[in-house]
Amino acid sequence: MSTLIKTIVISICVFYTLISLAESDYQKLGKKADHLSQQAHWNLTILPSGEHLPKGSGTAAQGAKLFALKCAGCHGSEAIGASAEPLVGEVGSLSSDYPEKTVNSYWRNPTTLFDYIRRAMPINAPFSLTHDQIYALCAYIFNKDDIFLDNVELNQDTLPKITMPNHSGFVAIYPSQN
Amino acid sequence: MTDSTSTNRRQFLKQASLGGVLAGAMSLPVWASQTQAQFPDTLPEWMRKPGDNFSNYGQPSPYEQQVIRWISANPDAPGNGVSWTPLHDLQGTITPNGLHYERHHNGVPQIDPAQHLLLVDGLVQQPLSFDISSLLRYPMVSRTCFIECGGNSNSGWKNNPIQSKAGYAHGLVSNAEWTGVPVKLLLEEAGIKSAAKWIIAEGADAAALNVSIPLEKLLDDAILALYQNGERLRPENGYPLRLVLPGWEGILNVKWLRQLRLVEQPAMTRDETAQYTELQADGSARQFTFVMDVKSLITSPSLGMVLPDNPGIYQVSGLAWSGRGKITRVEISADGGQTWLDAKLHDPVLDRAFTRFSLPWHWQGQYAILQSRASDETGAVQPSRSALIEQRGHHGFFHYNAIISWEITESGDINHVYAD
Repeated sequence: MSTLIKTIVISICVFYTLISLAESDYQKLGKKADHLSQQAHWNLTILPSGEHLPKGSGTAAQGAKLFALKCAGCHGSEAIGASAEPLVGEVGSLSSDYPEKTVNSYWRNPTTLFDYIRRAMPINAPFSLTHDQIYALCAYIFNKDDIFLDNVELNQDTLPKITMPNHSGFVAIYPSQN
Repeated sequence: MTDSTSTNRRQFLKQASLGGVLAGAMSLPVWASQTQAQFPDTLPEWMRKPGDNFSNYGQPSPYEQQVIRWISANPDAPGNGVSWTPLHDLQGTITPNGLHYERHHNGVPQIDPAQHLLLVDGLVQQPLSFDISSLLRYPMVSRTCFIECGGNSNSGWKNNPIQSKAGYAHGLVSNAEWTGVPVKLLLEEAGIKSAAKWIIAEGADAAALNVSIPLEKLLDDAILALYQNGERLRPENGYPLRLVLPGWEGILNVKWLRQLRLVEQPAMTRDETAQYTELQADGSARQFTFVMDVKSLITSPSLGMVLPDNPGIYQVSGLAWSGRGKITRVEISADGGQTWLDAKLHDPVLDRAFTRFSLPWHWQGQYAILQSRASDETGAVQPSRSALIEQRGHHGFFHYNAIISWEITESGDINHVYAD
């Protein structure tokens, strides 16, 4: 092969190699997933508006019985804490020298409690409680500090309407000072 | 190949045969006639016996067994806790994969990658799912950066200085090379709707951990990491897939990632409201404090070590990092902050990664307080403890980045103190 022909062949090879190395050249491999997006187990996060709260209901009295059975072992018999965090009481303590961050004293949105219990509690068996049981436990905890009434059903309509005592206690740092 | 091998073999046989002839024809030298072992008292055993066999996956020397993560978990829920990187036992800047700090909310899931999906949905043109084998075919980027738990060093808020080794009080931070797919590629493939401002990221662990992250960050430099220091992620660091958000607090770097849902507003999940927010003296709490501020730590000499020589020269060495950019300066004081000297910054000095610093120190037996103070390219300077507490109060719990002080006693012992 003459030098000229070799040069031409090499140039062609280099040319095609460069084309295949363009940075934007990759295969898009995502699969259409509209069907997954509709399913409950891909909609676990509950928004502050109450969107994605499931159907179901429970009362504080029902929650008290469940709490003794499922939660008191770690959170204490009155939900004031043991090996795990206190959940109730201490409302108004946040600006004191001994602030206590409980669900009722510190948490911002009532929807967060349902969201968190369902995904993470009880810690030895997440996703083991029914939706009715989770509403009942939320009702029990909120009721301990009179955030929610006795003998009223907590459900997907009433839960997001609760205003937590510390709802306006948070200052968003992002994006201002980030 | 065949020719060359047979030639070598012929040459070998020829030489062996020649050697045999020579050995037979000449008397043995004095050193070869001895029957006892050679140098039994002067050469170590490992020079006189074949060593161990090959191993499929290497382990540290048995003489380094004390170099471990220190685990601090709830006895009633042992999967909920942390393990601390032994920064005081390490050098350089890369944290070995088996020593990267851990924070788990309900244990380490053992995920079968063949059964794991990432769903990108919400405010997108087309919800998409990606399996791991597909993600492995995307263009990848590598990024060396630190990940620091928002709760690292939180004992600093307390009134009495904790007497723990450097890594066991400040080692909820580690530094690794993360390799994976830019998140931006997958979001653009799904098509971002203009209303989308945040993303809810969710993990596939037994806490199904969920947090809200600004879309802006995910489009900037976020990585869907598949590899950690060159090998696939460790289960405790998110196998098979995790988010890496350079410079942003650990909780947002969601491990075992299963879903990215684009939304308009944050979800106000437990880990962005009840936790990872900083209560201030007036009762209000800082929320969405994503960036980890400039910080440094002297790892040697540090608590638990003893200075053996008085007088002696010691290489004061440590780590500096900032979630806002590159480290530009580290100063060291041996007198509790009255005078400062610039330490040497070791290459490479990378954006939002550990930077190693050092400075030789001639100790002459005097009482001393060693401190390091880092600055980053935005001009931010690591604050004194009193300045930080003045600004934030005692109850913030998260984002403690004040100067750390080691007291050197006249006998060379080292304690943790609050110097300012």
